[in-house]
Amino acid sequence: MRPAFSVLFLTTLIGAGQGLFLALFMCELLAPASVSSNFLAGGSAIILVLCSLGLIASFFHLGHPERAWRSAMMWRTSWLSREVIALPAFIAVDFAYGLAHWTGFGHTLLIGTVGVVMAVVLFICTAMIYAAIKVLKEWSHPLTLVNFTLLGITSGMTLAAAYAGFFAPDLTVPLSQAAFVLTVLALLMRGASLWRNARLTPASTLQSAIGIRHPRIVQKAQGAMGGSYNTREYFHGKSIKFVRGVIVVMILGVFVLPLVLVLTLPLLAFVLQYIGLLAERWYFFAEAKHPQNLYYQGNS
Amino acid sequence: MTQLALVIDLNVCVGCHACVTNCKQWNTSGAAGALTDFNPYEAEPNGTFFNRVQTFEVGTFPNTETVHFPKSCLHCEDPPCVPVCPTGASYKRKSDGIVLVDYDKCIGCKYCSWACPYGVREFDEQRRVMTKCTLCVDRIYDEKLPEAERKPSCVLACPPGARLFGDVHDPESVVSIAIRERAGYALMPEHATQPANHYLPRRKTGFTIRDDELYRADNPHKIDGAPFDRDLPPTNEELN
Repeated sequence: MRPAFSVLFLTTLIGAGQGLFLALFMCELLAPASVSSNFLAGGSAIILVLCSLGLIASFFHLGHPERAWRSAMMWRTSWLSREVIALPAFIAVDFAYGLAHWTGFGHTLLIGTVGVVMAVVLFICTAMIYAAIKVLKEWSHPLTLVNFTLLGITSGMTLAAAYAGFFAPDLTVPLSQAAFVLTVLALLMRGASLWRNARLTPASTLQSAIGIRHPRIVQKAQGAMGGSYNTREYFHGKSIKFVRGVIVVMILGVFVLPLVLVLTLPLLAFVLQYIGLLAERWYFFAEAKHPQNLYYQGNS
Repeated sequence: MTQLALVIDLNVCVGCHACVTNCKQWNTSGAAGALTDFNPYEAEPNGTFFNRVQTFEVGTFPNTETVHFPKSCLHCEDPPCVPVCPTGASYKRKSDGIVLVDYDKCIGCKYCSWACPYGVREFDEQRRVMTKCTLCVDRIYDEKLPEAERKPSCVLACPPGARLFGDVHDPESVVSIAIRERAGYALMPEHATQPANHYLPRRKTGFTIRDDELYRADNPHKIDGAPFDRDLPPTNEELN
């Protein structure tokens, strides 16, 4: 599949936002003495910025952004529609959570609990958009759900450690340690999905695609001289060298460098991890081989 | 329940692309707006088509066969593209089973095209919406047309008559009979989409000749006691 850049930004930005929310709420729940209301209100503001940027990025994916409101209609069947509802809902709860802290309104644990539920729901909706597409075997697996959630929480935790480094120094060490553990966990799970995806056998073959039982079938014409939507949307179009480079950026950026840096320089660790996550999401698209590509193997 | 569909006979298709051009002509002239064309007369022509003809070579030279393969929306009975649509723009008509896109509701997120294993939906770069074969829904019910012309444009255009159109749920329709009697098959059955469109396989034309038809078994020179021997020279009777 061709990586959709707006989607790369959307999923990584809101993932970090949701992860930061979970981290902040854990801080309030487990170490209320170490966090001030302003610290949590400021964190909510960061989440608001991240998720709003993600929401804005998502509009660039659409052919008709002015009709985006329509995408909330089919929540009964479409995970995309569910995400469209869950994302603004999460942003609203986060806003309420930050406001409650800032104004001293109270009930923050209640609002925060709702926010945790919304963050988890949003993780599920986002990941299920991909995991629900049965024809893409690389995506259609519980590991997709695990990785979207775990990578979001991990980057959010690293960001929380960086943020605490400035405004709640007591929490920097435990948050950094949590980010370290989560990064190790994420490495294991993403590694598992990389291992799985490298060993998949495609469900479809050229034989089943055109219904002719012969071991040797060669495409001679695609039905279009200058390419088509089919040759643009479903192929990443980059060289093997480029893809390998992306994998290196992903492994160094998301896992190796943050593991080295998170206990000492959490802000740098977050920046590198975010860049790594963009590469990770790019490769997530690029590694998915769509069965329709069977119809587009010729050159003419 | 009606399920309209095309049945495409790969034994008859000659790869002339008449269905492609007639489809384009009809669908670019309709109320839904023109199908985009970029650089139509340049080196890299590009545009939206609802129907394409591809060509495959089967076998190893010299034992090869060229197969022309027309490809358009299969109007699946369980279409994976429909439930994923967030706006409801993509839908399957209950009345006749045609899978359609409401261009006024489509937001152009392309999610439906990811869910379709066949790659038969094309995003129109100018109209910024997803487009696809409509089975010429704007002509098959048009009572101003003579009844014989109330068929999809591709079917009317096909010179050798490789494309059949009808209701695959009606066992007596031309398409059902063709599927039943000429081994019609569906594409990528492993995805359980139950495509309504079917393809008819290539067939070898030939007939069987038995030995006793070449060497007359009732030749009195060969049956009166003597064992049948194909190496015997032909009799005058056989040569005449």
